[in-house]
Amino acid sequence: MLGFVARRLVYLLPVLLAVSLLTFLIASLLPGDLAYVILGDQATPDKVAALRHDMGLDQPIWWRYLGWLGHVLVGDFGRSFRTGQTVLQAVAERLPVSFELMLLAELGALVIGIPLAIACAVRAGSAFDRLVTGSAFSMLSLPAFLSAILLIYFFAVELRWLPATGYVPFSEDPLGNLRCFVLPALTLALGEWPVLMRVLRSDMIATLQEDYIAMARAKGLKPSRILLVHALKPSSLTLVTVTGINIGRLMGGTVIVESIFALPGIGRLLLGSIYTRDLIILQGVVLCVAAGYVLINFIVDMLYAVLDPRIRHGHA
Amino acid sequence: MSGPALLSIEDVAVELPTARGNLRAVDHVDLALGAGQTLGIVGESGCGKTMLSRAILQLLPKKAKLSGRVIFDGQDLVRLNAEALRKLRARSIAVVFQDPMTSLNPVLTVGTQLIETLQEHLQLDIATARRRSAELLAAVGIPAPEQRLSQYPHQLSGGMRQRVAIAIALSCEPKLLIADEPTTALDVTIQAQILDLLAREQRRRHMAMILITHDLGVVAGRTDEVAVMYAGRVVERAPTHALFKHMQMPYTAALLAAIPKIEAAPHTPLAAIPGRPPDPTRPLKGCSFAPRCSYAGDQCRREKPALWAADSEGHSYACFHPLAIAAGVRA
Amino acid sequence: MATLELEIAEDVIASPKRRTRSLGLLFWAAIGLLVFILLVAILAPLLPLPSPTDMDMLERRAPISALHWLGTDALGRDELARVVYGARISLTVGLFAPIIGLTIGGALGMLAGYFRGRFESIVVGSMDVLLAFPPLILALAVTAYLGQSILNLTCILGVLGIPAFMRVARASTLTLARREFVIAAQALGATHARILIRELLPNVALPLLAFFLLGVAVTIVVEGALSFLGLGVPPPISSWGSMIGEGRESLEIAPMLAFIPAIAMFLTVLAFNLVGDTLRALTDPRQGAL
Repeated sequence: MLGFVARRLVYLLPVLLAVSLLTFLIASLLPGDLAYVILGDQATPDKVAALRHDMGLDQPIWWRYLGWLGHVLVGDFGRSFRTGQTVLQAVAERLPVSFELMLLAELGALVIGIPLAIACAVRAGSAFDRLVTGSAFSMLSLPAFLSAILLIYFFAVELRWLPATGYVPFSEDPLGNLRCFVLPALTLALGEWPVLMRVLRSDMIATLQEDYIAMARAKGLKPSRILLVHALKPSSLTLVTVTGINIGRLMGGTVIVESIFALPGIGRLLLGSIYTRDLIILQGVVLCVAAGYVLINFIVDMLYAVLDPRIRHGHA
Repeated sequence: MSGPALLSIEDVAVELPTARGNLRAVDHVDLALGAGQTLGIVGESGCGKTMLSRAILQLLPKKAKLSGRVIFDGQDLVRLNAEALRKLRARSIAVVFQDPMTSLNPVLTVGTQLIETLQEHLQLDIATARRRSAELLAAVGIPAPEQRLSQYPHQLSGGMRQRVAIAIALSCEPKLLIADEPTTALDVTIQAQILDLLAREQRRRHMAMILITHDLGVVAGRTDEVAVMYAGRVVERAPTHALFKHMQMPYTAALLAAIPKIEAAPHTPLAAIPGRPPDPTRPLKGCSFAPRCSYAGDQCRREKPALWAADSEGHSYACFHPLAIAAGVRA
Repeated sequence: MATLELEIAEDVIASPKRRTRSLGLLFWAAIGLLVFILLVAILAPLLPLPSPTDMDMLERRAPISALHWLGTDALGRDELARVVYGARISLTVGLFAPIIGLTIGGALGMLAGYFRGRFESIVVGSMDVLLAFPPLILALAVTAYLGQSILNLTCILGVLGIPAFMRVARASTLTLARREFVIAAQALGATHARILIRELLPNVALPLLAFFLLGVAVTIVVEGALSFLGLGVPPPISSWGSMIGEGRESLEIAPMLAFIPAIAMFLTVLAFNLVGDTLRALTDPRQGAL
């Protein structure tokens, strides 16, 4: 097992390096002089040149990259010139909110998707199955911001059950905090469950035809046990991969939802840095998000091995 | 057959609707088996023997239509409700499938697959179940049984996997064991071991057994009675020694002849049966074997021969031109 | 249920051709809808519609009437006209961006799948790195620097689609390049270019087309999301996304202002998805959606 983990880690490092390089290049090569932006209306050619020299912007690009990378590796991602906060501070502040959103969203998608997938797999081909699969397909054409509008209209405007915007920290008011996340998480979950449902359903239909399921029935086991233990486990492989990939994708998707529902997460931090042209924050946040995405894929690979022992022993 | 029948299959027919028409997989079969006895069912692939075993277990595909009666221990399994059937399985009737690589769940440990059966039917607690599982593995001849409990099927060899499957089948002390081609997927060297194991366990537990195979050599000496199936029907049925001594059906004789003999000279051509079994969606009017039978006459092609008893020994066959063959094979 | 009754209908396990036949009606309805929308969008200036930019301050957020078939928005502009002209913008970006992905990504994928070796490793590796970035964030970051315009938006969305098209083209090429007709062509002395264009391209075209249609659906959505946030098409140009964003302000008073463009977008995206998915099921039954 340890050898497996080590081998995967070796692949991880070059990818992270490449990601950091790309982030830096995007930030540096595009038009928009950082010094100009910082100085704003106080910009004169002299001041700009001086600031550029101070910030090291007149150095060759590869030198600046290495300098930046060196700082990053010791944890210095830079400092926002607007708020004075370091990137890491800002990210650390916002990360829990985004995490909570992503986790609740993925949880919601699983809670909706898994039971539907199992129910459909057992009744494959029936009217119920076709209805659910058709709805899943349609939901894929309903993007997050549209679901958000719909949900806000029904739950916040018409029924007034839930708040349309706002955020309360968990430490202050756990119940209130969760209330704030219901609509945003549901918005994202509505977009995610079709993929999960579809994947699990198709794997389960295949699994249910396997000999070992017939054997389990021949052993007189309870149907619930057959479904949940014998059939679900071997069918979950693709589901786990997709869930993992989704969590990564969700990192980008939270931008919209956080903006609509006014949740102070990473997404809003990113948007804010774009509006205010706070490039240091922008660079740092993009790097964090991309690196996080790579790490999550790595964890998904590990989970694979847990679910299917054949992979652990190098068989499958 | 001494004593009342433990299992009585009466006029069982299984029909499967397919895209090409109605498939008659099992065509009005009558069989009986007493407690502690062994019945061998022999036939080519597609003759309906597996469908018959599924019919006994009531594990047919949803679309299949089953008619007839399957009386087990006084109860008609066909009429039994689902929950009662479920309790019956493994506890009273157990099954060993052909390919242990596919009949064992690859992502669950051997131990789990044994323990769950024990817990479900015998309501054992986990410690007792674990102990009993190790004992079962030892009884079927698996070395280091404690360690095997936490291993996965793919870590065991083919022969050992089938032993595990047998252990699972025997775990709840069933009255009847159905072994569907238990050795077909295994090496020849292991086949005898597995068959011996089954026979030994059967004797020890006074268990009835149905041994399904395509190989007449497997049933010789290991069964009390043999039924030969062809195209969904039983075409010959007899106590084993009688079958081998006075084979009546040309088909049975052909099956026997098709077994490669070790004493034959090298490069002796295999005596295969020419032709193929009929398309089950288009049953023939006359005898199903007629197109391939060297003894077939006009009557064979016109009428279907019924199964009738040849003598008081219980030897029945369905043929208009039976042979009175002294096969010369020791049963 | 006391026992596990598997009610698997036969045709689920049977060939997917039967499934697409039952989808036939939906498929053609979707195509019909798409043709209709495209025609309306293209012919918009010729249609008897009021101007989408004329503001009638007295008739703000008006309900459906004979004068304004779908009512008016917060600034008194005719909603129907706005939806139609919004279609032009959404479809422009939605169609042209994937074309960039299709041409560049498709070419890269075919070349990578055909020539293999180090070239392939470099291409696949760089695409993987690009895919490591959440696309929305990348699009946001780049439009922030380059400024908002339809051209910039189309370009960045197009570039973001390149890895996906590369993958599809490469996968198809990998399976095809080993088939007999390619080996035969090589044996006949055909040049690489000839093989790529005459032999491989026609076969790779169908999966790429299916993927293109799916890409259009995705692009319309992404552009919609960006415009919704105000970071997509530059105001005062409005696409469906911008309209929905504006309609959000009036959600309490006049929800239809948000719903009308939302329905238009949803139906269009659904239609593209249906057609693209049906085509994809035809080319690779294993990946059919339903």
